[in-house]
Amino acid sequence: MLKMDEIQRRLLLEVADLHDVPQGAYNLRANGKSVGRSSSANIEITSKEDGSGIDIRIKPGTKNESVHIPVVMSESGLKETVYNDFYIGEGADVVIVAGCGIDNCGKQDSEHDGVHRFFVGENAKVKYVEKHYGAGDGTGQRILNPVTEVTMEKGSSMEMEMVQIKGVDSTSRTTRANLKADASLIVRERLMTHGTQYAYSEYEVNLDGDNASADVVSRGVAKDKSYQKLDLRIVGNAACHGHTECDSIIMDEGRILAVPSLEANNVDAMLVHEAAIGKIAGDQLIKLMTLGLTEKEAEEQIVNGFLK
Amino acid sequence: MLELKNISFHVTEGNSQVDIIQDLSLTVDNKKFVVITGPNGSGKSTLAKIIAGIEQPTSGRIYLDGEDITDKSITERARLGISFAFQQPVRFRGLQVIDLLRLAAGKKISHIKACDYLSEVGLCANDYVNREVNSSLSGGELKRIEIATILARKTSLSIFDEPEAGIDLWSFQNLIRIFEKMREEIEESSIIIISHQERILQIADEIVVLADGRVQEHGPGQEILPKIMDTEVSMPMCRKFQ
Repeated sequence: MLKMDEIQRRLLLEVADLHDVPQGAYNLRANGKSVGRSSSANIEITSKEDGSGIDIRIKPGTKNESVHIPVVMSESGLKETVYNDFYIGEGADVVIVAGCGIDNCGKQDSEHDGVHRFFVGENAKVKYVEKHYGAGDGTGQRILNPVTEVTMEKGSSMEMEMVQIKGVDSTSRTTRANLKADASLIVRERLMTHGTQYAYSEYEVNLDGDNASADVVSRGVAKDKSYQKLDLRIVGNAACHGHTECDSIIMDEGRILAVPSLEANNVDAMLVHEAAIGKIAGDQLIKLMTLGLTEKEAEEQIVNGFLK
Repeated sequence: MLELKNISFHVTEGNSQVDIIQDLSLTVDNKKFVVITGPNGSGKSTLAKIIAGIEQPTSGRIYLDGEDITDKSITERARLGISFAFQQPVRFRGLQVIDLLRLAAGKKISHIKACDYLSEVGLCANDYVNREVNSSLSGGELKRIEIATILARKTSLSIFDEPEAGIDLWSFQNLIRIFEKMREEIEESSIIIISHQERILQIADEIVVLADGRVQEHGPGQEILPKIMDTEVSMPMCRKFQ
């Protein structure tokens, strides 16, 4: 049993679907310190010598194992930058669950900036899930600025699920990826902002090897007076396939700027981008109201479905 | 029982007023399968929307089982027992067929129950239950899912606005079977279908013919059908597709 208070347990449940210590390898960070860690036979977690973060080393050929590295913060006024490096061995097939939950009941801002670097070995397969969540009724801001850098070797594949649904006041998310031949990257981002929140999400994916592919899809909902800027960029430097899509709903006085961009530096690069922003269609609301839902319930169902 | 009393619906186009429905009165009894038909522009779809609360009549009153529902919202009418199947079913990004069926049923129905509703409308349930209700579905598939949501609601009054619109001939043949089954299994509820199709008119207990926003004819199906055969109102499938 880990030593955590109720708030930290709730945050852990929100960001990692965990009630307690997970199966397999894990590192749990609470209020700036590691409060629990476990390595497995194939996955080793060690602290960096300078104390700035952790290294996660996954042996080649490791199959069907998972790593959880959630972060929870329940103290107001805490600011930290953490560097976590993942070395995924050749042919491994693993699930990595990260995520950060902040509960700020105080007046001071709380901020967690996680810098995650992934080195994905040849033919390795990674599913990465990252959830961000904020709670607490203090006036202090809840700030998360994640940086994700991915280096993908030949034939590797990675699926990233990036979710930020509630309570984060300000976020600047940066994701960069470089793919060698036959590597493939799938990104599914879900962003919901409300109140006066601000979210900036930037992706740059470089397709450097032949037959590399990327599919980056961001779905966002901006409510109240919140603002989102989505900057999705794919660069094709080889005979590759790239697709990027921003699909957004605006509500109330929400604002969204979507900037999908493509750069082709090779005549065989095939790149596509799509972007759409609009409010919830009136006939969608009416349809759900004819099923007995109120307008507000209908709106919630449509948004939940969209972000699912 | 549904009663429409002196319903009128006008819209303003430029400086002039257009009368879509004019002083229309109509009663639909329980256990009846009623088809409302009439030429394009006769006000059929508007009337269906007025009953469901999507449009408000300019004047007149609407009663459901004796209760005046004229000022009730779409949601309130739905909760009182009115279902409405759209002529052009709505697509939702992200919402799955099972989500829609659960919302329609008003409770968390099981996968098996959801599959039953889909099977009833002729869809291979396992292929559809987890599909998103988005543009990957064809018009015919959407139409059947729309009907499945009405079946899941089990309300006392179901209104279908031109179920045949926008679907191919083969899907239409299947739809007819669904409506024939509904007709056979009608209990205390009543069904209103807006349609031009002869095959649907043939199974009606009552036919209402609208023209220029008024009831031109209303009577038992076997009495009205011969009068309107081969007119613009009744359209055999093959003629429509010529």
